[in-house]
Amino acid sequence: MRRLEFLLRRLLTSIFVLIGVSIITFALARVIPSNAAALYIGPKARPEDIARVTIKLGLDKPLPVQYFIYMRDLLHGDLGTSIGTKRPVLQELAGRLPATLELLISGMALAVVIGVPMGVLSARWQGKPMDVFVRTISIIGVSMPAFYLGLLLQIFFFRRLDLLPLAGRFSNALRFTNPINPVTNFLLLDALIGKNWIALKDVAIHLVLPAITLAAYPSGLVARMTRATMLEVMEQDYIRTARAYGVRETVIVYLYALKNAISPTLTVIGLTVAYALTGTFFVEIIFNWPGLGLFTVHSLLNVDYPAIMGITLYGATMYVIINLAVDLIQAWIDPRISLK
Amino acid sequence: MTAIPAIAVEPEIQSTRTSRHVLNVILRDPLSLISTIVIILFILIGVFAYQVAPFPKEGAGKTNVPNSLLSPSLAHPFGTDKLGRDVLSRVIVGARPALIVPMGVVLFAVLIGAPLGAIAGYKGGWIDEVIMRITDLFLAFPSLLLAMAIASALGRGLQNAAIALVVSWWPWYTRLTRGVTISLKERYFVEAAQAIGVRDSIIILRHILPNTISAILVQATVDLGTVILAMGGLAFLGLGTQPPSPDWGLMISDGRTYILEQWWISTFPGLAIFVIVLAFNMVGDTLRDIFDPRQYR
Repeated sequence: MRRLEFLLRRLLTSIFVLIGVSIITFALARVIPSNAAALYIGPKARPEDIARVTIKLGLDKPLPVQYFIYMRDLLHGDLGTSIGTKRPVLQELAGRLPATLELLISGMALAVVIGVPMGVLSARWQGKPMDVFVRTISIIGVSMPAFYLGLLLQIFFFRRLDLLPLAGRFSNALRFTNPINPVTNFLLLDALIGKNWIALKDVAIHLVLPAITLAAYPSGLVARMTRATMLEVMEQDYIRTARAYGVRETVIVYLYALKNAISPTLTVIGLTVAYALTGTFFVEIIFNWPGLGLFTVHSLLNVDYPAIMGITLYGATMYVIINLAVDLIQAWIDPRISLK
Repeated sequence: MTAIPAIAVEPEIQSTRTSRHVLNVILRDPLSLISTIVIILFILIGVFAYQVAPFPKEGAGKTNVPNSLLSPSLAHPFGTDKLGRDVLSRVIVGARPALIVPMGVVLFAVLIGAPLGAIAGYKGGWIDEVIMRITDLFLAFPSLLLAMAIASALGRGLQNAAIALVVSWWPWYTRLTRGVTISLKERYFVEAAQAIGVRDSIIILRHILPNTISAILVQATVDLGTVILAMGGLAFLGLGTQPPSPDWGLMISDGRTYILEQWWISTFPGLAIFVIVLAFNMVGDTLRDIFDPRQYR
């Protein structure tokens, strides 16, 4: 019962947050730019065109009415038309989303796979060379701008070692030799579904550098958080008791302590998604990855406000959903949370 | 009777003790000491950029095309860019938008966020509700994404990028200060002030805010690294400093086309960002070990 109540309360809060997010997004796009209609037409706008477009876009109506219309359209899946491409924003975003999500998921998975063990090792050997090593790596990870790390990796792995591809999602030749049959547009999955092993390998090696670039910052944060919580847990009485009983240190660390350190680590993973969401834009620009990144930059530089609204909504919604998911997983792992 | 003076001086004692404590810890830890020296050095370079830069005019944007794309040498230790400008000079002048401006951003974020947090935490009730719900809304966005959207709406440029970052970062300080305030509210010196009828505004100003400073300082040090990265990101995208003015993020983006052959154009400004952010993170880490501001969240 408690859990159901917690779930409903949490869902309700998220919905309110999303409504608030839509208000801020709306304000950003409609209130701050001085003349949205002129922006819509472009630099050569004549006064009569501006008047016509103002009415067409409903910009002559009072702001609350404009917001209402915007929300109504939004709930019908209409995010407006991109000024830059003259195509529906939803279509623009949907077409590019799979590439971005594939990068985001790989990067975050990599961050967890690297970050958690690093944090555990660091806590296990606190003060020892291993700890110093891990802490150095993780602080470098959180201090390096993604758009710089990406370039360095390109210089090293492409130019110097000629080991990994420079950019893109797959080799150009692949289109002709082993074309991937699009099912989900997640190329790794599609290649797997089509049992297209050559394509799978090609897509995978193209993903390596972008995923590492994206993962650097989150993995550093995750490692630091895991270390801190592990050290806290290791001070607990039950760990001391286990030690007194002569339980082996490895069992204590990996079985008892890690289990109890997972919950705070999850919170950090949720928070780092916020970073990774914007991080993908930078990584995509560096690696010429055909996701939301380039479209976003174009929209931002040209004040393509319907597109910017769509992108901001996507970012905030993803963030809210992921944090909701983290909370629910935590409540499921640790029933005490839903009692708060 | 003896207890009263002790209560009255408590905040003062605490603040001098912590500031000396902070200094001691930083001086004793070699990494933090080096980091602090690096930070001070970078700030001085930023402030006196035009005096320090070997080619101050090129640093500001004057082109010198015959010197285009020279590799690092004694005359140009960091090489020159496509338009023949000395990269070292541009890195030095670029410290202003890339380092000094983010420091201003954090300062303004604190000046807006901290008083709001103190009021919310001290007053409680509906004032708290209103302030915190607004704060939550801003925190519902990934901060950099919000800053990108605001910077775009306001128009490209360094000043607007700075405003966008302030708008995206103040809520973090509201949340932190509120937490500290709630824990301070129960303390004797606040209760004593309330008991003798000191006005709320005076209590917040004289007794609450001064005692939140150490927590805010730690958070600000850690945040400075993040805000420098964010500013670099905005500049990289073209939303911050506009050419021909230099900015580390912008220089990285400019040199991107040449990265495989003329690696120095992007590498040195990138190194500058990395080193300064690393230094702030090192000091921030040490400070956080002493008093963890997250405990108030």
